[in-house]
Amino acid sequence: MEGACRVLAALADFPHEVATMRAAADFLIETGAEGSAALVLTGPLLVSSIGAIDRRLRAVDGPISAIDLSRAGRVDTVGAWTAWSLSQRFGAPITGASAEADRLIAAISAVDDNTSPVERPRLPVLLRVPEHVGLVVAGLGQGMLLVLGFLGQVILASGTLLRHPGRFRLRALVHQMELMGVNALAIIALMSFLVGIVIAQQGAVQLRQFGAEIYTVNLVGRLSLRELGILMTAIMVAGRSGSAFAAQLGTMKLTEEIDAMRTIGVSPIEALVIPRLLATMLMMPLLGIYSASIGIIGGAALSALTLGIPFFTFLSRIQEVVPLHDVWVGLIKGPVFGLIVATSGCFQGLQVESDAEEVGTRTTAAVVMAIFMVIVLDAFFAVFFSEIGWG
Amino acid sequence: MSGEPICAEPVPIGSEADQFPIRVRGLKNAFGDHVIHENLDLDVRKGEILGVVGGSGTGKSVLMRSIIGLKIPEEGTIEVLGSQITDARDDDDIDIRCRWGILFQGGALFSTLTVAENVEVPLREFYPEITDELRHEIARYKVLLSGLPAEATSKYPSELSGGMRKRAGLSRALALDPELLFLDEPTAGLDPIGAAGFDQLIRSLQQTLGLTVFLITHDLDTLYEICDRVAVIADKRVIAVGTIPELIATEHPWIKSYFNGPRGRAAKAANERTAAEAANERTAAEAANELTAAQAANQQNAALGTSGHEA
Repeated sequence: MEGACRVLAALADFPHEVATMRAAADFLIETGAEGSAALVLTGPLLVSSIGAIDRRLRAVDGPISAIDLSRAGRVDTVGAWTAWSLSQRFGAPITGASAEADRLIAAISAVDDNTSPVERPRLPVLLRVPEHVGLVVAGLGQGMLLVLGFLGQVILASGTLLRHPGRFRLRALVHQMELMGVNALAIIALMSFLVGIVIAQQGAVQLRQFGAEIYTVNLVGRLSLRELGILMTAIMVAGRSGSAFAAQLGTMKLTEEIDAMRTIGVSPIEALVIPRLLATMLMMPLLGIYSASIGIIGGAALSALTLGIPFFTFLSRIQEVVPLHDVWVGLIKGPVFGLIVATSGCFQGLQVESDAEEVGTRTTAAVVMAIFMVIVLDAFFAVFFSEIGWG
Repeated sequence: MSGEPICAEPVPIGSEADQFPIRVRGLKNAFGDHVIHENLDLDVRKGEILGVVGGSGTGKSVLMRSIIGLKIPEEGTIEVLGSQITDARDDDDIDIRCRWGILFQGGALFSTLTVAENVEVPLREFYPEITDELRHEIARYKVLLSGLPAEATSKYPSELSGGMRKRAGLSRALALDPELLFLDEPTAGLDPIGAAGFDQLIRSLQQTLGLTVFLITHDLDTLYEICDRVAVIADKRVIAVGTIPELIATEHPWIKSYFNGPRGRAAKAANERTAAEAANERTAAEAANELTAAQAANQQNAALGTSGHEA
């Protein structure tokens, strides 16, 4: 009798519960006459309120003979799920549910049997590390093969273009030359000018100890033309354009533009890769010489200010002390570095398969691969040119 | 961003904002000189599925983007669930984001997260106090409710087909048990069977969860099957709102050609056929019921008769 009264009181409270939505959800365990315990959920059972009691609910120990919802407020699917999973856990029936709650519980229990795991099965750490290492190593080997395959495709496409020069995309080439070459002039000038100043200043400090400050001219001139001009340019172009190539092609891959091209009969290598490759190879030596010249001007400016070597004297000294083959060294390295930067950018872009994150990792990989290869090859060139007497 | 997003209290039951979850007044949208909407009014009633139709480029999606606060209109007011969207100065001012769910046209799933993790994002954002265990469970039953198999929970969006992506998007839209659901062309790009299944799914979820649905569609079958009312956008405003028979009764040329075109007629015929079949089934079932009831009554009578006789 007393129990019935309590239920009635709870029912009377019901509209009030609805009015104050943020009332907290709670639960209590009532022991009935025969020692059977009922889990009584009270308050609104909503996604906003269940979080507070979920941990405690999970800690409840059985046996529970019923899940009582008669004192609950509004119920949404999260509340319904909680009640239903409790009833599954204790093998107890749900009592006193409103019609709405019943409907939700029925809908959820119809689809979910609470068995299938959400997480992908994961290996234990001890196995995951070797697995990861193995995947990386295998990936490296596969990557080498893929690069070779890509180069092969490029060579084949170049052959086709040589036989059918009409298919060559001149507009795309000019556009790429503007994007990666002309638009980079300002930043390359700034960088080279500052590097020229630094070399002149640091060189002068060291050379002054021997009273050989005049050799600052040799240092700035030869270093700029032979090494730094082209190397700094390659690094700048890798960061500016290599990354852009990878991101562009990667996004086009994701949006199926590249697939669309292939089905229309346009070879993506011909239309996208060759213009970028050629533009970079043509512009790199030009940018390299440009960078070296600005570097020399930077060195000359600093020498005029701090070393007392007049600006134009510095420039005419450059002509005397820098051998012509230094210019050739820079010019020969240009297209090679350009090829590396553009190839790694386009290659990585075309490897994108799945999602936006991969575009990011591939872009990073393109820049890292380009700069790494450029530096390795630069070392190789340094040895090679000194061996053939162009030291 | 400052801390966790705020979630507004629901409006009092029975108030005007409760009866009309979406109220648009005098809306004007324009891109530069190109005016999309002018003086557009629209009311969405609680618990209905409102279909929004209109020719391509009439600004159905722009209307939806304005209502959910992604596009700031030039003029007009928009009230959603009692909150003024047009007054919001940034996303965090829209405090009813926990009470609506949105399915974008392509699903707009986060490509670096699995389906289950996608569903968990809004839960994590609004209710960080929910334990990991419960959050995983919620994500799983939401995914299952949307009609995907359990294996799909651990898949990435790129591993799903277009239809599965829509279902996954729907389960994310339902993650917070919203009152209001926005669907942008839910059946576009689905095969007819898949589209019909999706229609039924929306209908049954709407009925089970008591949702109000704002649905943009080109699919006439969807309109006939599940929409309670249809709003037609033309001439930069909503020219008519009503049930399909009411709309057909209007004399507007666009509405006439829309519903009386070959596709419109086909969809109508299909709908009538299904309705007739359902009615047939119902009559058959009722007849069977009556039969059983009659039999039972007879038996009872007989039993009573016997007992009476015995007495």
